[in-house]
Amino acid sequence: MGTTTTLTTAIETEDLVKTFKATRALDGVNLMIRRGSVYGLLGPNGAGKTTTIRVLTTLLQPTSGRAIVLGHDVAREAAEVRRKVSLTGQYASVDEDLTGFENLILVSRLMGLSWRDARKRSTELLGVFGLGDAAGRQVRTFSGGMRRRIDIAASLVTRPEILFLDEPTTGLDPRSRNQVWDLVRQIAADGTTVLLTTQYLEEADRLAERMAVVDHGRVIAEGTSRDLKASVGSNTLRLQLARADQHGAARAVVSQLLGDGFLPDSDATALAIKLGDAAIAPDVLGALARANVALAGFSLGAPSLDDVFFALTGRPADDAPGEPARTKQKEQKS
Amino acid sequence: MSLDAIPNAIEPLPLSTKPRNVSALSATGTLAWRAMLKIKHVPFQLFDVTITPIMFTLLFTYIFGGALGGSPGVYIQFLLPGILVQTIVFITVYTGVGLNSDIQKGLYDRFRSLPIWQPAPILGALAGDLFRYSVAASLIIGLGLILGFRPAGGPLGVLLAFGLVLIFAFALSWIWIIFGMKVKTPESVMTTSFVFLMPLTFASNIFVGIETMPGWLRSVVRHNPVTHLTSASRGLMHGGSVTSDVLWVLAASAAIVAVAAPIALRMYHQER
Repeated sequence: MGTTTTLTTAIETEDLVKTFKATRALDGVNLMIRRGSVYGLLGPNGAGKTTTIRVLTTLLQPTSGRAIVLGHDVAREAAEVRRKVSLTGQYASVDEDLTGFENLILVSRLMGLSWRDARKRSTELLGVFGLGDAAGRQVRTFSGGMRRRIDIAASLVTRPEILFLDEPTTGLDPRSRNQVWDLVRQIAADGTTVLLTTQYLEEADRLAERMAVVDHGRVIAEGTSRDLKASVGSNTLRLQLARADQHGAARAVVSQLLGDGFLPDSDATALAIKLGDAAIAPDVLGALARANVALAGFSLGAPSLDDVFFALTGRPADDAPGEPARTKQKEQKS
Repeated sequence: MSLDAIPNAIEPLPLSTKPRNVSALSATGTLAWRAMLKIKHVPFQLFDVTITPIMFTLLFTYIFGGALGGSPGVYIQFLLPGILVQTIVFITVYTGVGLNSDIQKGLYDRFRSLPIWQPAPILGALAGDLFRYSVAASLIIGLGLILGFRPAGGPLGVLLAFGLVLIFAFALSWIWIIFGMKVKTPESVMTTSFVFLMPLTFASNIFVGIETMPGWLRSVVRHNPVTHLTSASRGLMHGGSVTSDVLWVLAASAAIVAVAAPIALRMYHQER
């Protein structure tokens, strides 16, 4: 590729394939990610998100195809890529035995800061990430949210051109999740390109300008969240029925009003309906009330990853056993 | 938890610098510093390194010493250089255990994605292990001196013996590094290692002289590098001819490193 494209392109992959023995974790991934953006890789467990990130951060060699990161081929110029990108993996990749401060010093020193600068930068980062009070505590005593923050902080000791975040909010409580979102926005505002993976459309929607939906090692859709949502229908009305035996009656009322538009149900008392326009929702509720269908609750919201998947593939997002087996014991709950 | 509190508005990130080149030596040194910090924070990991050898020394000296050497005071002269060898050889396995747990925790993903000299994390960890070996050796020799061990070779002989044991331990560690990358959990590194370490240390002249064994076993024991290491360490501590045993140990160590280190580093570069 020419120099002009590398100035504006952060990541480009061409038919990227990665096989692990029998499984084809990546089955021809094509991505084009612009510099200075937040890009989301959206997909269920095992879709190939982590494998993609591991290839792009030089941890895995692609089986075939090409991946160019900031103008460097990941297979042939790994050292150059490592110099310019940072990775925050799915499992907090900090030393649990060390304190938060020591972990940052460790990474700072490995990135070439002097002891003095390392101490200064580590203190600075701990403050910014709200970990100043916990600086002297071993990371094993940190909550899930704190671990995630120290992990992201470790990736920002020097300023990476691309920050890879693998499921940065998985297992976090809502408050910690919001904090991580704020951080990601700030890092992006600072000029760093961010590539994050997520299982939640909402997360990609809130953070990423563009996203790719990944399924079985392939990109099955790409675009802005508006593009993706348009393919599903802009709103989803979720009904929680008070009585399971009224499921049929409720469906009948809705079909009479809207024709079709049912999304896969999560259980026997739930009904998810695609609405072209949110303004129809009161009509649906009114019709149900007139038909004496009792509701335990309802919500009107944006479509979920499940809805997107259903719209794109005609089946719900299932957990495909595609990713290499990594120990899951480190899954943190805060 | 109050410490979990974070200001609602996160301050803007201060501008940061570009990464600078780090020499291989500096990266290894930093990672050795990390290994020392781990010992500082989890002193319990020195427990195995200290209590087990103390127990072994006391047990063998007082329970078996009379039967094996005539009296505990005589036997400890024979036993102590051997116990040093056995202890250090056994704790080399922690190199593999530590590496494995770092890999499982995702820490090596970070190290491997950093722009540093790639073997630095392994060599840094080895440097921490050398410290552990030194602690164990000092304890055993100290305890031996209290119990009546009198090395005729003097402090220099003892130091040389320890140096030779360190060289062999360093070589052996590379095998555990391979194990550490191959198996799934730190516990299985431990379990697998005993299958090798038990015969390696017991089918040697650590506890009894080789001449007390049946003929077929003798020929096995004679080719065990641990036997040569023990003879060399006895010779160095007590004064005696050691050249051939020392050369044997050095050659064996070099051979192990020459085979295992490239395999280990290759595996380290490759994916998991």
